[in-house]
Amino acid sequence: MSRWTRTADPAADAGWKNAPPRKGFFTDSSICIGCKACEVACKEWNGIPEDGLEMLGMSYDNTGSLGASTWRHVAFIEQPRRAVAASGLTPLPVVAARPGENRSFDGAETGIRWLMSSDVCKHCTNAACLDVCPTGSLMRTEFGTVVVQDDICNGCGYCIPACPFGVIDRRQGPPGTRNVGIAQKCTLCYDRLGDGMTPACAQACPTQSIQYGDLDELRVRAQHRVDALHAAGVADAQLYGADPNDGIGGAGAFFLLLDEPEVYGLPPDPVVTTRDLPAMWRTAAIAGATLLAGAAVAFVRARS
Amino acid sequence: MAECHPVGFQWVMEAKDRGATVIHIDPRFTRTSAMADLYVPLRAGSDIAFLGGIINYILSGEKYFREYVVSYTNAATIISEDFQDADQLDGFFSGFDPKTGTYDTTSWAYEGMETAAAAGSRAVAGRQPPAQAGGGGDELGGRGAALPHSEVRRDESLEDPFCVFQILKRHYARYTPEMVERICGVPPDQFAKVCEAVTANSGRERTTSWVYSVGWTQHSVGVQYIRGAAIIQLLLGNMGRPGGGILALRGHASIQGSTDIPTLFDLLPGYLPMPKAGVHGSLDDYLTSIKSDRQKGFWTAADTYVVSLLKAWWGDAATPENDFGFGWLPRINADHSNYQTIVDMLDGKVEGYFLLGQNPAVGSANGKMQRLAMSRLQWLVVRDLNLIESATFWKDGPEIATGEMRTEDIATEVFFLPAAAHTEKDGTFTQTQRLLQWHHKAVEPSGDCRSELHFFYHLGRMLRERLETSALDRDLPLRQLVWEYPLLQGDEPDAEAVLREINGCHLSGEKAGQLLNSFVEMKADGSTAGGCWIYTGVYSDGVNQSARRKPGSEQSWVAPEWGWAWPMNRRILYNRASADPAGRPWSERKAYVWWDEAAGKWTGHDVPDFQATKAPTFRPEPGIGGPDGLAGDDPFIMQSDGKGWLYAPSGLLDGPLPVHYEPIESPLRNAMHTQQSNPTREMFPRTENLSSPSPPDLGAEVFPYVVTTYRLTEHHTAGGMSRWSPYLAELQPEFFCEVSPELAAERGLEHLGWATIVTARTAIEARVLVTDRLTPLTVGGRVIHQIGLPYHWGVGGGGAIVSGDSANDLMGVSLDPNVHIQESKAAACDIQPGRRPTGAALPRFVEAYRQRAGLSVDTGTTRITPPGDGT
Amino acid sequence: MVPPATFASYYGRPIVKTAPWERDIPAYLFLGGMAAGSSLLAAGADLRNLPELRRVARIGAFVGGAAGTAALIHDLGRPMRFLNMLRTAKPTSPMSVGTWVLAAYGPLASAAATAEIAAMMPRRLPIAGRVLALSARPAGVLAAALAPALAAYTGVLLSDTATPAWHAARRELPFVFAGSAAASAGGLAMVGTCLEQAAPARRMAVGGAVVALVMEARMERSMGLSAETLHAGTAKRLMNASRALTAGGAIGAAVFGVRNRRAAQVSGVALLAGSVCARFAIFEAGQQSARDPRYTVVPQRDRLQRAANA
Ligand SMILES: Nc1nc2c(c(=O)[nH]1)N[C@H]1C(S)=C(S)[C@@H](COP(=O)(O)OP(=O)(O)OC[C@H]3O[C@@H](n4cnc5c(=O)[nH]c(N)nc54)[C@H](O)[C@@H]3O)O[C@H]1N2
Ligand SMILES: Nc1nc2c(c(=O)[nH]1)N[C@H]1C(S)=C(S)[C@@H](COP(=O)(O)OP(=O)(O)OC[C@H]3O[C@@H](n4cnc5c(=O)[nH]c(N)nc54)[C@H](O)[C@@H]3O)O[C@H]1N2
Ligand code: SF4
Ligand code: SF4
Ligand code: SF4
Ligand code: SF4
Ligand code: SF4
Ligand SMILES: [Mo]
Repeated sequence: MSRWTRTADPAADAGWKNAPPRKGFFTDSSICIGCKACEVACKEWNGIPEDGLEMLGMSYDNTGSLGASTWRHVAFIEQPRRAVAASGLTPLPVVAARPGENRSFDGAETGIRWLMSSDVCKHCTNAACLDVCPTGSLMRTEFGTVVVQDDICNGCGYCIPACPFGVIDRRQGPPGTRNVGIAQKCTLCYDRLGDGMTPACAQACPTQSIQYGDLDELRVRAQHRVDALHAAGVADAQLYGADPNDGIGGAGAFFLLLDEPEVYGLPPDPVVTTRDLPAMWRTAAIAGATLLAGAAVAFVRARS
Repeated sequence: MAECHPVGFQWVMEAKDRGATVIHIDPRFTRTSAMADLYVPLRAGSDIAFLGGIINYILSGEKYFREYVVSYTNAATIISEDFQDADQLDGFFSGFDPKTGTYDTTSWAYEGMETAAAAGSRAVAGRQPPAQAGGGGDELGGRGAALPHSEVRRDESLEDPFCVFQILKRHYARYTPEMVERICGVPPDQFAKVCEAVTANSGRERTTSWVYSVGWTQHSVGVQYIRGAAIIQLLLGNMGRPGGGILALRGHASIQGSTDIPTLFDLLPGYLPMPKAGVHGSLDDYLTSIKSDRQKGFWTAADTYVVSLLKAWWGDAATPENDFGFGWLPRINADHSNYQTIVDMLDGKVEGYFLLGQNPAVGSANGKMQRLAMSRLQWLVVRDLNLIESATFWKDGPEIATGEMRTEDIATEVFFLPAAAHTEKDGTFTQTQRLLQWHHKAVEPSGDCRSELHFFYHLGRMLRERLETSALDRDLPLRQLVWEYPLLQGDEPDAEAVLREINGCHLSGEKAGQLLNSFVEMKADGSTAGGCWIYTGVYSDGVNQSARRKPGSEQSWVAPEWGWAWPMNRRILYNRASADPAGRPWSERKAYVWWDEAAGKWTGHDVPDFQATKAPTFRPEPGIGGPDGLAGDDPFIMQSDGKGWLYAPSGLLDGPLPVHYEPIESPLRNAMHTQQSNPTREMFPRTENLSSPSPPDLGAEVFPYVVTTYRLTEHHTAGGMSRWSPYLAELQPEFFCEVSPELAAERGLEHLGWATIVTARTAIEARVLVTDRLTPLTVGGRVIHQIGLPYHWGVGGGGAIVSGDSANDLMGVSLDPNVHIQESKAAACDIQPGRRPTGAALPRFVEAYRQRAGLSVDTGTTRITPPGDGT
Repeated sequence: MVPPATFASYYGRPIVKTAPWERDIPAYLFLGGMAAGSSLLAAGADLRNLPELRRVARIGAFVGGAAGTAALIHDLGRPMRFLNMLRTAKPTSPMSVGTWVLAAYGPLASAAATAEIAAMMPRRLPIAGRVLALSARPAGVLAAALAPALAAYTGVLLSDTATPAWHAARRELPFVFAGSAAASAGGLAMVGTCLEQAAPARRMAVGGAVVALVMEARMERSMGLSAETLHAGTAKRLMNASRALTAGGAIGAAVFGVRNRRAAQVSGVALLAGSVCARFAIFEAGQQSARDPRYTVVPQRDRLQRAANA
């Protein structure tokens, strides 16, 4: 019953004929400088309202998390001198020197790590939000991405707890706010992709921390990058969401992280909730049957 | 750099990807540090000691690039025997005049030029009359200081005790790793890593570059910081070569452009100095003061630049008979730099003020002094995108709240004119690589917004119309001005026409009317015009070269077809130095420009910055000046001796070599010399601008912490563009201070709580960000805590989405004497938990601090420090 | 004491988002369940000719269904667009399934209830009344046929989320909700029906209560770490209240409710309240488990660890 099938091509699965290659993001947090250009570019392009003016004290992150009015979110994690020293973590991202080139020292010198990473909707292969959406507002595009159709969503909010990453949310704001009351998240710039353009966030990223392209190609590139980092002694470098066999069938937007996912506010082992849906329906059927049977039994001796 | 130049930082990341080692030296761990291989925290205001330590390491460890040093720098040049160094005079060079606080630089000269130096450019350029406090050097910009001639005595064995090299060695001998630790708080092992990395990465095969911005400039010795880096780069052979250089990251998008075609009071376009009243009566007086025909290099053609400029401005009215209108140029009679003008305003000497793209109520040091000064104007014109604090201080500034100013007492008439943003107009930006990049108007300005070009053109037009019938001589300059520009939609002058005028053209002869292709075509006889000689060529072949946007992937790695770099589209200046004295590349890896023996000319990846057919072996006849006086191994073609200056015999007001001085407000005694701080600094002692005491003066302990100010990626300068933008304001909504956990514990500061920060000027409040990115330093046996303050917030203004106290209200105004920049990177302060008092209680609170510290107007103004350690 | 799990998080911020639902949704869970149970009672009463029970149950089913639907619509971010649910049918979306069930169930339950109401009117409606009376039985039986789905699907509705407590409860939640539906419907009927006709309602209430209590206990064991959310704060208070009310109501119904109308009514109210409390408790526990990243991270880490060990 569930759409939870291991698929290599979600667009074709969704019925697109001659779909273009699946598009996605490889966000390489080891070269993110935390400039937040991605956050701002996304807001500019998509006309997203301001999302609160509160100082959060979470290092330089005053956005907090992804949400209906924040479709890119840059996390800042300060790992203090003592903790880094005690944990034996690599204190900062160092990049592989070219073969034969010597470094006089390595990253252990700075004594503190400041991790930055730009988060976004994962455009899951098996997208819980899309699966559970009762209106069909959430849809799979020809690029294999997951998009809310603003004019269909009725704001039921079901996609929100369904998303294992806490990405999507219902927009709040005073009446008159654009798309208020309905679910909003990254569209992977569907409107730009159609015109052959790069998504606004990737376009704005100065360091190419956000790389946009064909997912297959990005996965290969990411693997090379993580290998290079490992070779350079950055043992903590890991890909997140790149594995098509993970609980969401692989993410369309995946990441290179330098610490465990939860450090960045990401679930360590996300699973699309609908993977368990067939079993849940079976349970419900038995429960319903039990109720019916119970009711019947209740009337066995009853007569007026 | 990652914080303030994130787009440029992509190249650092690219370099890293290719194996470059990135070192970041900063009091705070920033986004740049996060990407660095090595992060070195140091005490704000101590970099000269750090750089001096590296110089000492290079010299004492024989790590310099000898062939480069001998051939291309003035290391071998012999200096006057009269010269006495700071190590001999305990922090002074020879020639200091305690009465004026200035140096007589005669004794600093190259041997054989002593008398001439006194009569040369320094004396002529002149300081303020001693009666006037404050300095006033020359903005040298792209120009080396003048020399009377270029016949110097050299000892290429570098053994002569009076050669620059030996002087340098003696000068820096005391800058040991231990001294670096004592002054900067950098442990010797960490310091050694920097020294090793920098030297190992320099030489024939490799180059190191230094990148700085205002962390180095905003000091009372800012210019000497950069000089320190210059000495390192020259010793290591890193100038004029790819991957080398000293990269000054710039500020506002075209801050480079606004020094090239200057908004500075003492410069004309192209780094020609502003004529001085009573000194430069005639064009000849002027020209002889800025160059000597017997010095080497291209400055000897300054007459062609000046005359072409005058022709561009006054056209047919500029004739040989009237000195091409030289007499119509304004003259400067004193220091009219930014802060001096503010002080003059306070004294009621300034009637009116134009603020175009500047927000001094928030962005300039000593905010209260800025606002008080503006309140004494008769009129103030503010052209800005938003209703910034500088336009509304008279009704909602902090002094209104404290009662120090009352709206009804302020007679200043404020005109606010909405400005068009760069996206709403055509024009160029000139960035740090001297690259002019054309930007096209994307949208029409909304409402009444107009471009600067529109404003100035029509202001000029209207003034000229009013003066049409004037018979007064003083109105001639305005009436004769060439002021014809085609008008486009909305009466907007055509910006390309302006760029063409800047480029210049032939006025007579067979090419009359044609655009100039190069500044060497400029003539001193009035047959050419050009608004800024260094920009000549930007319109070569009649094409707007600055509008070129050929992608890097479609051209060579030097990318000459992206925009246009002055001069002559050269991407690296002095690139003759990328080849050895014989004209061969120092190494294959670093080949850039070289001598093609067969073709008999210089060639390479870039436009050679050298006379194209001058062979490396060429040696001029003695006594010949100008370009022809340059030898085939004189790569520094704008320098008056063709060499890179390790030692600056002239051109600087505070010394030929950098010396470590403490910031004006420092918790520490100068460990290097008795002399505590720069004796030639520019000061404005007055009640509006008090300083706190530094050792050996008593009372310094009242302000025990170091405070530094800086930028966040999320905001821009005084906030006029970012605090009004919801997308930026929400990213950093509140003013905060950054403190280490140790300081937080010492002073009971709570994360996200409030803190009050106090200096001699005032007290402000900020939210507290306790962060491991700030670290206490052990300096001279003491633990020094540093407090970081981003300076983007201000109080007042119309429609700002976020506001907060302004860091600049804390900062005092004391300046580097050479370029009049304020010391806003290091000051002394105290910090307390909790919010500051409000209303009239605030001045009382500050007054109590002042009394405890024993402050008076004279505090911190001693030029010659008496011996003692202040205990 | 279980040692506190150590885990990393991003400033203690939630990883998954809480459902944006307010009290409407747990209220709907209760109302829908009560309606479903009532429809079953109504159909049984109809077939067994227990008119008083039938009337109370039909009206209960109608009111529950209608109020529940209203709560659902009210909770939408764009209530005017509620009909968009009917533009598609998706088995992967329990909400879609539930909407269709409710869409089918609602008119049927209304039809059955309208006949009751029409019959109670002082002036008879000649033709319409006849039609209503004739269609009431088939409508009521069909509504009863849909009722088990209506009662149980809400368990899937909650479980089919990334909300740790709800998803962890997926094996038992439909039973808890079905049991709770039976208990509340039985309770309602006991309040409104004379002792003689209320016997099936009493039996259903007691049976439902037992199932709800037993399965809830089992659920807490299988929920793992996220069961903690039922043992703290509001959820704990509500769950304790629910247990006491449900158990008390069931005992009251079984022991005193047979003979004493007042006791039956008190027991019925207790069962209703117990069901309300259970729904709100589980709802609140889920929201709490979403707020605290521990419930997302630790079980997932454990899972990874187990996979790595295996
Ligand atoms: N996002 C953003 N970008 C900008 C601007 C902006 O406001 N926002 N402004 C533009 C402008 S106008 C300019 S001038 C440039 C300025 O660019 P930067 O000079 O990079 O800017 P700052 O942040 O003021 O200062 C840089 C660093 O100097 C450090 N510092 C302070 N004192 C010392 C010291 O004594 N020694 C050393 N080594 N470091 C010290 C500070 O901690 C800070 O990290 O940026 C430009 N770019
Ligand atoms: N404490 C401390 N103080 C500092 C510094 C520091 O590091 N620490 N840095 C100093 C430095 S480097 C600088 S550059 C200054 C900057 O300080 P200011 O120059 O005083 O401040 P800005 O906010 O940059 O002001 C620029 C204004 O120009 C407006 N603007 C933008 N585009 C246009 C346009 O096209 N036309 C017109 N008319 N207006 C326009 C913007 O809205 C903005 O209000 O601050 C200095 N002050
Ligand atoms: S990350 Fe969440 S919102 Fe994005 S596609 Fe996956 S389930 Fe949907
Ligand atoms: S809120 Fe909108 S997008 Fe989300 S599940 Fe409901 S209808 Fe679909
Ligand atoms: S792809 Fe587009 S919508 Fe998504 S985060 Fe980037 S800019 Fe925003
Ligand atoms: S734009 Fe790129 S470098 Fe900047 S924060 Fe976003 S991902 Fe990081
Ligand atoms: S703000 Fe503009 S000039 Fe500054 S880094 Fe960004 S793109 Fe470059
Ligand atoms: Mo600047």
